[in-house]
Amino acid sequence: MATLDDLRRAVVDGASKVAADKASQALAEGTAPEVILHDGLIAAMNEVGQLFEEGEIYVPEMLVAARAMNSALAILKPLLAQGGALPTAGTVAIGTVQGDLHDIGKNLVALMLEGAGFAVVDLGTDVAPERFIDAVRAGAEVVAMSALLTTTMPNMKAVVEAIKAEGLRDQVRIIIGGAPITSRYAEQIGADGYAPDAAKAVRAVKELLAA
Amino acid sequence: METYGSLAIGNPDGLVFGRCPRPLALRGLDIGGGQVYPEINFTLPPMAVTEQAMPEVLEEYRQMADGVLARAVALQVPGISVELELLPELTRVPSWGAQVTALLRERLDHYRDRAGLRSVLRVTPNDNRDFVRPPLMRRGAELDHMVESFAMCARAGADMLSIESTGGKELNDDALLNGDLHLAVFSLGVLAARDMAFLWDTIVGIARDNAVVPAGDSACGFANTAMTLANGGFVPHVWAAVVRVLSIPRSLVAYERGALGPSKDCAYEGPFLKAITGYPIAMEGAEAACAHESPVGNISRAAADLWSNESVQNVKLLGGMAPKVSMEQLAYATRLMNVAASRGRALELRDWLVASDAALDPQAYVLRPEVVVEIAGEIVAEASPYQRTRRAALVALHALRSASSDGVLTLSPPEQRWLARLSTQADELPEDEGDFIDRALAHVGTDKVRLGQYGLTA
Repeated sequence: MATLDDLRRAVVDGASKVAADKASQALAEGTAPEVILHDGLIAAMNEVGQLFEEGEIYVPEMLVAARAMNSALAILKPLLAQGGALPTAGTVAIGTVQGDLHDIGKNLVALMLEGAGFAVVDLGTDVAPERFIDAVRAGAEVVAMSALLTTTMPNMKAVVEAIKAEGLRDQVRIIIGGAPITSRYAEQIGADGYAPDAAKAVRAVKELLAA
Repeated sequence: METYGSLAIGNPDGLVFGRCPRPLALRGLDIGGGQVYPEINFTLPPMAVTEQAMPEVLEEYRQMADGVLARAVALQVPGISVELELLPELTRVPSWGAQVTALLRERLDHYRDRAGLRSVLRVTPNDNRDFVRPPLMRRGAELDHMVESFAMCARAGADMLSIESTGGKELNDDALLNGDLHLAVFSLGVLAARDMAFLWDTIVGIARDNAVVPAGDSACGFANTAMTLANGGFVPHVWAAVVRVLSIPRSLVAYERGALGPSKDCAYEGPFLKAITGYPIAMEGAEAACAHESPVGNISRAAADLWSNESVQNVKLLGGMAPKVSMEQLAYATRLMNVAASRGRALELRDWLVASDAALDPQAYVLRPEVVVEIAGEIVAEASPYQRTRRAALVALHALRSASSDGVLTLSPPEQRWLARLSTQADELPEDEGDFIDRALAHVGTDKVRLGQYGLTA
């Protein structure tokens, strides 16, 4: 357990090499890879999320912690894969809608979703409805869209309508965000959820998938 | 090319709203010549901008213009600047942006002739070059459309041309999220500065050909992004304050290439530009809460020559349509400033505006007039944009450390930790630009930036 404590500390501190070494050490001590994953890496990232929510750390520290987690995860992956696909919290396809280039908010949501254990398919900026549809067909459980401009907001509705027209609406949750977006607008266009910022987006996606 | 090796305003008490050494006389306004004028900006409600929708788009702009201009007349403002920030679609199809420009010109002329309202029109095409990723900065259809948009809007009735250019932003976003000072310096001091020189030679040429004013450029996509991230708790406030200061040499390049002010409203680096160049500035703050949050709502007014609402969409509030409401807020804010100035009390009001914000946030602290003059003086003592950006980092961090240790700025433990971390990064910036670029290029991913578009090779 001391090794897992050290592993958690290394991830929270963003010490990639130490994290990888501690993962190897835990394996050598006979700890199951699933236990290292859950009690070491996932527990550490939960602590990182908690520190962020409390204002003790910022996104740069979260990114460093995520890199440390990934370096340890690389040690575990071959062993975990023997037992089937790596577990994720869900798959989210994310992008800014057609005509909108403002992507730092979208990028932030993607980073925080990954940190929370989601598989993220980043479709980028200026994303046409067809590309969201392709992502749903490829297995995305959630479509997340953002828009910063009042004149690109209507393109969110176009995506919702296109997903409906393809008969895919029942198999995907849709969440939207961005400066001019409101929960009322989400309701109006038939989206399932809305988040005012990146941290709340993670919570909202979790709630949507749990519903 | 104009070079700035010393300050136009070297005394903090010379840095005050409504006055600057090089005022701009335009259509009966004397911007920086003694009075502060409102600068109003408005945008469309949620709607698509298409060829079919253009009649509706024009009608929206007509309604917004008439609403704000009628209110400006009723409140007897001494003059007004109207800014049209072109949406991406209105830039990509230059004739659409020119139609809106011509409409606003006609409405401004109408209110001048009917009610004697003095007014100027600033038009700000959108920098669409990053619709291509990695962005094409010096060639391609998006650049061609943007350049044509400047020219057509100048011919259609703009008085002043501005932009919020984005050269270097493709790396700066990563710099912000990673707290990477070196990458931010590379983005702003190397890439953005080079792009500004290229772009502003073009804009100044168009302005001269059409007898309009090349006004200025804003580091909005860099420093205001940092401010927004800090407001959300995503990055430290000290980091946002440092990024603001890092953006000064980049925005100064516009003036070196021929810009005359007033700078863009969202360029909170404006006071530094005013101290260096002596040209008037537009600023925004409390009355721009309709567009975004900020921790500098009052202090940003301290040196303003135009006072802006940033942007507001045409939606109904209890007091009327939002642009008209913004107009009223700006009219009263500037009226107070002008009365203070007319009674010889401008410095007193300025100092209250400064004192109300400066101790509460590092982004506000760096806008204190004495800090502005100190930092601006250090920046112009250096020669190149990189050296100026490096110096900006060092002097900003020194100012924040001193303020914190002197107890005039309260920083939380996480903010203190980041102040130390950023200081360490700044100390590692080499003096030689070539050394710095060589180091930076070893880490820059060519999947995000086309170095050739900035005259660099990997």
